Amino acid sequence: MRGRESFVMALEALRVNRLRSALTMLGVIIGVLAVVVLVSVGTGAKDAVEKQISGLGTNIILVVPGQLTVGAAPTQSRLSLADVAYVRRVVGDPAKVTVSLQSGETVRVGRTEAFVTIIGTDQNLTNVFQRPLAKGRHLSETDVDTRRRVAVLGSEVAARMFGDVDPVGRQVSIAGARFRVVGVYATVGQTFGLSRDQEVHVPVTTAQRMLGVDRVNGLAVGASGPEEVEALQGRVVAALTERYPGEKFSAVTQTQLLGTIGSVLGMLTGVLAAIAGISLLVGGVGVSNIMLVSVRERTKEIGLRKALGARQRDVLAQFLIEAVLLTTIGGAIGIVLGVGGAVAIRSFTEVPATITWWSIALAFGVSAVVGVFFGVAPARRAGRLDPVVALRAE
Amino acid sequence: MTAPAPPAIEAVDLTRRYDLDGVSVEALRGVSLRIGQGEFAAIVGPSGSGKSTLMHLLGCLDRPTSGVLRINGVEMSGLSDTRLAELRNRTIGFVFQSFHLLARTTALDNVALPLVYWGVGRAERRERARTALESVGLGHRMGHRPSQMSGGEQQRVAIARALVGEPKVLLADEPTGNLDTRNGTEVMAILDRLNAESGVAVVLVTHEPEVAAHARRQIHVRDGRIELDTGAGGGP
Repeated sequence: MRGRESFVMALEALRVNRLRSALTMLGVIIGVLAVVVLVSVGTGAKDAVEKQISGLGTNIILVVPGQLTVGAAPTQSRLSLADVAYVRRVVGDPAKVTVSLQSGETVRVGRTEAFVTIIGTDQNLTNVFQRPLAKGRHLSETDVDTRRRVAVLGSEVAARMFGDVDPVGRQVSIAGARFRVVGVYATVGQTFGLSRDQEVHVPVTTAQRMLGVDRVNGLAVGASGPEEVEALQGRVVAALTERYPGEKFSAVTQTQLLGTIGSVLGMLTGVLAAIAGISLLVGGVGVSNIMLVSVRERTKEIGLRKALGARQRDVLAQFLIEAVLLTTIGGAIGIVLGVGGAVAIRSFTEVPATITWWSIALAFGVSAVVGVFFGVAPARRAGRLDPVVALRAE
Repeated sequence: MTAPAPPAIEAVDLTRRYDLDGVSVEALRGVSLRIGQGEFAAIVGPSGSGKSTLMHLLGCLDRPTSGVLRINGVEMSGLSDTRLAELRNRTIGFVFQSFHLLARTTALDNVALPLVYWGVGRAERRERARTALESVGLGHRMGHRPSQMSGGEQQRVAIARALVGEPKVLLADEPTGNLDTRNGTEVMAILDRLNAESGVAVVLVTHEPEVAAHARRQIHVRDGRIELDTGAGGGP
């Protein structure tokens, strides 16, 4: 028997039992749909976080006292500006080290108030991080040295406090003290769920006086090339540990951050895909079940076909093709719905679902394999039926 | 220089034993017979006599426990299941008591079914199926499904299906068993005519003497043995 004949025969059998075929496919459709959508969501989240991290800049090493915690300022720090100067000597290029001292404060312009993140930093910020300006200028060395009350606003803060008015040269009140706006940053988006457009940057020295502290939260070092990152990281940590024996300092590179977060989110995507895969497997069991029913129901037909000259492999092929058609047609419908679902999620929610071709190919491949795997047992049973017994079946 | 045609069926000392729940049942106890090309024979006997078992063996649906069976000169005991299927497909035609037509399939496609397994292309299949249907007087019923036809018509479709591959042997198992007298007579008339015209050997299994009377030769089976054969030794 030719392949095309088996194919037509199987399609005909599915058509005859339309409702049953559709319900059997539903299991596979839901499984494939789940795989495509969940992998899209997982991959989208991973891509978004990776973009955020690489959007910070290149070859960055973050140094904090104690253990590194993402998205929150460490509670205790003993790093002072003197320590920063020491790290600058260790690094060799003072311009490639910048500092950070963070605090949440109220900003007011006229009657407009907002609670924002104030970050005390210095003129080297832009040597380490990517922080393009929309207007005005960055903080300068003189601003830091003379503790000027000047501020550079994140784009959202500027828009909220000043609306359409150009904030440069105007006054803002930060924790009750008056500051002059010297610049506005361009929009950069979020990192770890915190919007960097809601920050206000002031000279670190001014921030220290305002908060009454002489510490900084941490510092960041920019290596001149990717090959230097690791050596520099080791040197900075060793130098700080030597200065404060028995204390712990963490230095993490952007690559390490990307790797850690990437593997966590990759694992998450894998878990989601596995859960979806289980539903695909359940769909496959449904196919197997229905095929067994179908073989039993059509025992007489199988006996007749064998009497008329169908070989074992003809009958096997007929039922196997039926099973594979069930799962692949179901798979194709599931892919269409899954892609539609991912596009809908991306359009109507904040979740950045990314459709990946490998998940579509995998889902389709798996549904075909499920068809073969779960179709083979019923098809073999059909193929091996004894024609004499089968013809007598009721 | 062609060799003389071998007999359509040649059986030597066939036995068939079933094991049912550890009990051995001997359905055939040594049957030998020879049916020549174009012969018309009836196997008759009461139910339980072993005639159905014999029929299954002659149709290569089953294998004998011992003995030799040649269909059109081909010894079947050495054949694989696949070769046996091919033998059924090309050398043997079946007609069953309950017709066994595919329910949701037209008469034409039902008749063409054996040719699908032969590997005949669609256009040729339809052409040959049409010819076969016309030969049983159903040229006007080709697009009908079994449910739209009378029992007699369904059995004629089944006869057309048995003949479409131009077999050497036609095995008919109680072909009139599910039909009323008029339709039964009609079906038997067709079998008579086909046997006369196409030269296919017809082997009829029945327990009705009037049906068996259509055959020139009667083989009586009882208790798994041939009790009486009115034309024993047929063939060369």
